[in-house]
Amino acid sequence: MRALAAQSRAELVLTLRRGESVLLTLVIPILLLVFFSTVDILPKPVGVQESVDFLAPGILALAVMSTAMVGLGIATGFERQYGVLKRLGSTPLGRPRLLGAKTNSIIAVEVLQVAILVAVAIALGWDPLHTSIGAAVAAIVLGTVAFAGLGLLMAGTLRGEVVLAAANGLYILLLLLGGMIVPLGKLPAVIRPIARALPAGALSDALHHSLGGGHVSGSAYWFVLIAWAVAAPVAAALTFRWE
Amino acid sequence: MPAIEVRELVVRYGSLVAVDRLSFTAEAGELVALLGPNGAGKTSTVETLEGYRRASGGSVRVLGLDPVAQHGALTPRIGVMLQAGGVYPGMRVMEALRLFASYYDNPLDVDELLSTVGLTSVARTVWRRLSGGEQQRLSLALALIGRPAVAFLDEPTAGIDPAGRQVVRTIVRSLRDSGVCVLLTTHDLEDAQRLADRVLIIDHGRLVAGGTPAELMTASAGDEIRFGAPSGLDVASLGTRVGAVVEEVMPGEYRVAAAAAPATVAALTAWLAEQDLPLADLRAGRQTLEDVFLRLTGPSV
Repeated sequence: MRALAAQSRAELVLTLRRGESVLLTLVIPILLLVFFSTVDILPKPVGVQESVDFLAPGILALAVMSTAMVGLGIATGFERQYGVLKRLGSTPLGRPRLLGAKTNSIIAVEVLQVAILVAVAIALGWDPLHTSIGAAVAAIVLGTVAFAGLGLLMAGTLRGEVVLAAANGLYILLLLLGGMIVPLGKLPAVIRPIARALPAGALSDALHHSLGGGHVSGSAYWFVLIAWAVAAPVAAALTFRWE
Repeated sequence: MPAIEVRELVVRYGSLVAVDRLSFTAEAGELVALLGPNGAGKTSTVETLEGYRRASGGSVRVLGLDPVAQHGALTPRIGVMLQAGGVYPGMRVMEALRLFASYYDNPLDVDELLSTVGLTSVARTVWRRLSGGEQQRLSLALALIGRPAVAFLDEPTAGIDPAGRQVVRTIVRSLRDSGVCVLLTTHDLEDAQRLADRVLIIDHGRLVAGGTPAELMTASAGDEIRFGAPSGLDVASLGTRVGAVVEEVMPGEYRVAAAAAPATVAALTAWLAEQDLPLADLRAGRQTLEDVFLRLTGPSV
């Protein structure tokens, strides 16, 4: 218990100490939320009056992606490169507790992100059109697992610098194609099915469905999200090289 | 039961044989140095003992345990110092020690350890801002914090300044004196000569010589003479004169394959005197560990 607690605390402290990680997980989501809620230039889905109603769930999806995929992926990639994972392998910590500590750290960061982003959104006049907290939490958990799988898939196979570049590139790409600031319905018809098949699109659909801010038809996004939440961690586990 | 037991160990990477039927043991309170050139199989051997890789053949036991199958039982009782890295780059020295201390049931006192390895003044510095020597000393401290019964130290003095090197040597000695079995890999001959109770010289994955430093240094004494002189001597002519094969083992460094009999030495110096050549040094009998090492692991002539 002592080792797990100490490891979880260390993972969290290191995450919060990395400037680029705080920029990606907190500063950018808050900036995007505030900017596009107050400057009304982005397209809104049909039936949504206020930008913030669409943006708040989308930015929560972005927050999950930034923590679980980008933050975890980059940190783990460099830990592998610097021999940290290898060194821990010969301590009594063990892999289950290491994974547990990383999970705890992600949960703590996400709780912080949700608290801040929801507070900011409410200050900006967010009025959740219909709220299903249970579905939103389920979506966040599934999204976290899927994105953590993708982050670890990169971290376990690529060099630290390459993970850094790939994860940041994917962050921008999925930000644009993930229905987070631009509604999926406004994307070109050719791209739309691809965007809906990606974990980012599925997560923002699920959050828009449970928190409002745009009508989402059907429930295919749940299947997409579950599929990614299974496939990505399995792929990561099969390909992960510890050194 | 020996603390470390390696029996007919084979480690293969694809078709490359890194360790080729290596056998040795090490006891509690013994400091054994694995000495060999790069690629000799030292790290492969140690990493098999640490449980990082499986033996392709033969068997290894550490404290009677199989390092892979019984990894969980073994890790609380070993301390590992990797050749490089191993610490979170953004973590402070003190944080790293406290974190590692939390992994063990009865860790050393963090502040005391910090002062033993001489890192008190950089306790709040993050890993990536430490000098190479400070990083090495932190790695050593992390290997010791759990009070291991067996310590594996991979190149512990590499990249350390002379003062730091002295600190590391003192710590390693006191570790051995307290009953810990220490397995050291090094290509620093001075380390091996000064620290080790026993030196195992490995080359191409095989044990080529083993014994106390003194035994190794005198093992082949008497059957050769070494001398330094200008490079490019006519070794054939000299060989005829002294009645033995003479080789230039490296530029300006010669070996005469003959016992250091006074007559042979006289013939050698006479030949040099006739040609008015200076003699840089002349050694016979007891060799340095370096001589033994180079002779055993050098390129075959």
